Amino acid sequence: MAGDGLSGTARQGPQAAGAAAASVRAALETVGRLAQRFGDAVEPLPASLDMPVVKVRPDALRDVARALKDDGYAMLLDVGGVDYLGRRPPQERFEVVYHFLDVRGLRRIRVRVPLPEAEPVVPTLSDLWPSANWAEREIFDLFGIRFEGHPDLRRILMPDDWEGHPLRKDYPLRGPRQRGTPQALRQRFFPLRLDGPPADGPGGQLQAPAAGAQDGSPARKEGGA
Amino acid sequence: MEVMGTPFFLTTVDKFARWAQRSSIWPMTFGLACCAIEMMNLVSPRYDAARFGAEAFRASPRQADLMIISGRVSHKMAPVIRRLYAQMAEPKWVIAMGACASSGGIFDNYAIVQGVDEVIPVDVYVPGCPPTPEAVLDAILKLQGRIRSGDEKAGIRSWQATA
Repeated sequence: MAGDGLSGTARQGPQAAGAAAASVRAALETVGRLAQRFGDAVEPLPASLDMPVVKVRPDALRDVARALKDDGYAMLLDVGGVDYLGRRPPQERFEVVYHFLDVRGLRRIRVRVPLPEAEPVVPTLSDLWPSANWAEREIFDLFGIRFEGHPDLRRILMPDDWEGHPLRKDYPLRGPRQRGTPQALRQRFFPLRLDGPPADGPGGQLQAPAAGAQDGSPARKEGGA
Repeated sequence: MEVMGTPFFLTTVDKFARWAQRSSIWPMTFGLACCAIEMMNLVSPRYDAARFGAEAFRASPRQADLMIISGRVSHKMAPVIRRLYAQMAEPKWVIAMGACASSGGIFDNYAIVQGVDEVIPVDVYVPGCPPTPEAVLDAILKLQGRIRSGDEKAGIRSWQATA
């Protein structure tokens, strides 16, 4: 994260260091303005190594994001998810982290949105920054965090029929027991039929095989309930 | 006999067909991970798979008869590989290149199939992470040996029998 902030200044000398410090100061001013305008919904956190950080309540996120955009933070660099399993209170188990960049003023700011364990939902930013679209899908896919108002909230990395969200800390590393075992794969893929469409159908969907469907009949897909 | 005056040799149609098959193996053009970088070396001047008649990589499964699984197979990729394999014309063979394709390798996790032989039948396994191009060439030679000997265990037949 220290891209053009810290490591860069060491190489470029005192002048660049001064400019970097100025842009951090400018971003800190943004934090102050946000805290003033949004009150309780925005909580400045101790400054990180590379950029100022604010904690924002999910219901205020869209307003804060719009304010940042109007203030010159034109670029949404990254959206990330974090699972702080075991964190107390459980209302803050998940976090969605946004990184904004003001391309002209070289200001950066990090926005952290804590979300409850029971129902992690956060409003989408994909209409404000199209770059959020796939990033939000990825977080939905891997953490199960829903983005309200997202135009197309589908899995993006895992297969469409996957169960669970693999980057959650309580997800078993080897996956669900019934999935991925040689037995499960054999039921899914064997026997290979050479005289027609593959048994797993056009989308490669996993169908629960019927009890007596070991004979490899073409009707396996329909047989699975 | 009339034929005695000219050179000739005797063979069987079966043997001749196997000779033709093993002398022109056409691998399929696709790579799954870092092993693919090593696989590409096969057709370079240094390793020159053309010496063994296996240099014509084809981008369509319809025109290929050897599938080199060069990398880890994710669960999302498995149905795709399965379908590509089904689209290849018979006779066809599969080389599982490297630890991941053979057994999942270091990726003992939810995302990776623990060996491509859980999805399609494999004729030759190549150890290594990644295997050297020489090792893959050796696998091709071993495959040629199996084709030449008419090994009934090679290819899809055994897989159907055990499935």
